[in-house]
Amino acid sequence: MKLFGLSAKDTRFLIIVILLTMFTPVLLQPFPEGSGLATFNAGYPDLMQRIAIFGIFAIGFNILFGLTGYLSFGHAAFLGIGSYSVVWMYKLLDYNVIWGLPLAVVISGLFALVIGYISLRRSGIYFSILTLAFAQMAYNLAYSVLTPITNGETGLQVYTSDAQVLLGANEPDSPHFFGIVMRENFWQPNIGGWEFTFNNGYYFIAIIAILVFYLSLRIFRSPFGLMLKAIKTNQTRLNYTGINTRPYTLAAFVISGMYAGLAGGLMAAMDPLAGAERMQWTASGEVVLMVILGGAGTLMGPVLGAGFIKYLENIFSKINDTVLHGWFAALPDGLENFIIGISHFFVGKSWHLTSGLLFMLVVIFLPGGLVEGGKRISALFKKKPPADKDAEHHPKEAPHVAE
Amino acid sequence: MSNSNFTRRGLLRTGAATGAGIALPTIFTSSAHAITNEPTGDTVTLGFNVPQTGPYADEGLDELRAQELAVEHLNGIGDGGMLNTFSSQVLDGTGILGKKVAFVTGDTQTKSDAARASAKSMIEKDGVTMINGGSSSGVAVAVQGLCQEAGIIFMAGLTHSNDTTGKDRKANGFRHFFNGYMSGAALGPVLKGAYGEERAAYHLTADYTWGWTQQESIQASTEAIGWKTINNVLTPVGAGDFSAYLNQVANSGADVLILNHYGGDMINSLTQAVQQFDLRNKQANGKNFEIIVPLYSELMAAGAGDNIKGVYGSMNWNWQLSDEGTAAFVKSFGEKFGKPPSNSAHTCYVQTILYADAVTRAGSFAPCAVAEALEGFEFDGLGNGPTLYRAEDHQCFKDVLVMKGADNPTSEYDTLEIVEVTPVEQVTYAPDHPMFGGAEASLGSCNNGV
Repeated sequence: MKLFGLSAKDTRFLIIVILLTMFTPVLLQPFPEGSGLATFNAGYPDLMQRIAIFGIFAIGFNILFGLTGYLSFGHAAFLGIGSYSVVWMYKLLDYNVIWGLPLAVVISGLFALVIGYISLRRSGIYFSILTLAFAQMAYNLAYSVLTPITNGETGLQVYTSDAQVLLGANEPDSPHFFGIVMRENFWQPNIGGWEFTFNNGYYFIAIIAILVFYLSLRIFRSPFGLMLKAIKTNQTRLNYTGINTRPYTLAAFVISGMYAGLAGGLMAAMDPLAGAERMQWTASGEVVLMVILGGAGTLMGPVLGAGFIKYLENIFSKINDTVLHGWFAALPDGLENFIIGISHFFVGKSWHLTSGLLFMLVVIFLPGGLVEGGKRISALFKKKPPADKDAEHHPKEAPHVAE
Repeated sequence: MSNSNFTRRGLLRTGAATGAGIALPTIFTSSAHAITNEPTGDTVTLGFNVPQTGPYADEGLDELRAQELAVEHLNGIGDGGMLNTFSSQVLDGTGILGKKVAFVTGDTQTKSDAARASAKSMIEKDGVTMINGGSSSGVAVAVQGLCQEAGIIFMAGLTHSNDTTGKDRKANGFRHFFNGYMSGAALGPVLKGAYGEERAAYHLTADYTWGWTQQESIQASTEAIGWKTINNVLTPVGAGDFSAYLNQVANSGADVLILNHYGGDMINSLTQAVQQFDLRNKQANGKNFEIIVPLYSELMAAGAGDNIKGVYGSMNWNWQLSDEGTAAFVKSFGEKFGKPPSNSAHTCYVQTILYADAVTRAGSFAPCAVAEALEGFEFDGLGNGPTLYRAEDHQCFKDVLVMKGADNPTSEYDTLEIVEVTPVEQVTYAPDHPMFGGAEASLGSCNNGV
């Protein structure tokens, strides 16, 4: 089956992605409520929204980093710009996200054009440093210089004294899309002890995420995408053949900046607050980690990486000693305290250590990220059947001439 | 169509997905809760959202200890602490309204974004009815706004910015801790007595809501006693090295340095001012150079060591007070954790108890009922003497402690000594005071949630 100009294989891939996205509220809730493992459930709206938003952010970042190989350390700046645009639209017009989101994409695209135009005069480490410098500038401006626009460390919020000229009498007082309130759930079933939450905001993001995933799929498969891959492989050779690569890299930079702006805008669409911290260099580094962890240059990798890191951050950081005591209470006291003493270093406030270790393991043993891990596992299952098929009744394959 | 087999499957799948998609919104089975997270079982869950990493982590961890202790006392474990001395005696150690108290913890990382994410997961995943904590005013303001939207109660922990109960006040948010204005009002007369009226002050200020409002308050009260203000320099939170800022101080014409810093930042800036720049042994304008730290805490004092000797500041509460509430709290905290509690620990303990008490008196977990029970509530026996939860701005009014770094501490816990207990009348202000958002500031209406 071919749909929307995709090959049969890509169509199948897209359908799988759509199904995964649509059933996330069920997939992330594998344990019944009240069981000891319920701590590991992640199917609550905020985390699902976050995973989808950072998935969009990482998909966009992958268009730049995965295809052209240009490593930007400043993409969080666009995330912040997107958020501020949306909150300003709340303050000036009303809580409908329809005004803010397009603006977030446009404004972050403009910023990306300027920053990209300057930074892309250099490549490699110099490019990374330039983008890092711009992002830090943006962060410091937002944090302490442009406080009338950004409200500094406190974060930009909507106050009752704000203009909100379009605000209707019966309009919801939190972000909504033509009356569909983002933070509300449309269905909260309890099926045999399993609780599922179907949230308006999550499905709003999910639909956008599928659209932008489709867009990135098309970019990957297009001649433009091929040109970006060529830049990654050997930019010097392209230059020698007389091709000016700058417009291509700049276009990729602007597109990924717009993705980041959209992600930032969606963050503000879920929670009407824009803080300067989301522009800090650690946030830029986080998206790099997500893409590398999932698999740079692959389509699915960045989304997996985003989900993985956000899951660790939100679930592991909440496991405290009390929870640990609950789990290991059955063990003898000495052993219990020993195990808790060890696990203490990997959960709760030390979750960074767990994510750091996992990142090291992935980079060392799976250089292609989680996607490579998935491929290796499926390869294991695919190779075995022919070997097992009553081997003794068949003649051995002749060794290859080169062996 | 080259692959008819796949088409059929694909159609089936898409068909099923579309069917589910169409069916979903029509099945509205959400059980109509009257309020957000109404506890239906035999437990009620509270959320303790404190910084466990970042510049205020020490404060956060001490707050967690106190919150854990408060939950034990509410559930009838241990000696009951301040439940025995509290003027309201409706809590009997059987939890809240007969429900056992459970709690979840989260890390705010001293960042508004992370704090809100953590608070949201508490509300959506763990079903908490109240969130307590937040060692930073930026975080407290952000989480308070979130709780207002979600329809649960926010009991602020350590937040000293005027804005928390000033221009950012919310109907679902309550603050027991004192604020920048109260610090200024309490310190003014003491500073006048100690250093005279002819002084020139230089401010280094943490660049966020707390720093700004505290600096504004201290400047107003020092100028009221005749001091001049030479300069106010904003420094980023978590800067680590303050030498670039301190460099300017010595030759600025100032003879007093006011450090509007807190936590790790205050430890670093004070240590550098005293040791690297030797400011306390300098003379300026023919007077000894002095340093003031308007907001003190035991943990900062311990971190700064000898450098705080003779440095004035203010506190919400101190374990060295002699009333019976303090004694009971210090005793049960000390027995459990082997050290006296900090003033941030105290305020979180008290807030948790006050919430439990308000729910019990209201007979309901509904935020509007709880808010009504807390508004205008007068109580005693929780370590600060007679205290009022003012209805207009949800701020507690009580005595303020003026502190000084002890000259001869006997242990690492009495590095601060109480100079004066400033009576509540001296630190009270009108609810529409210009530093608190003026006449425009409003609580809005309370929100019970869904």
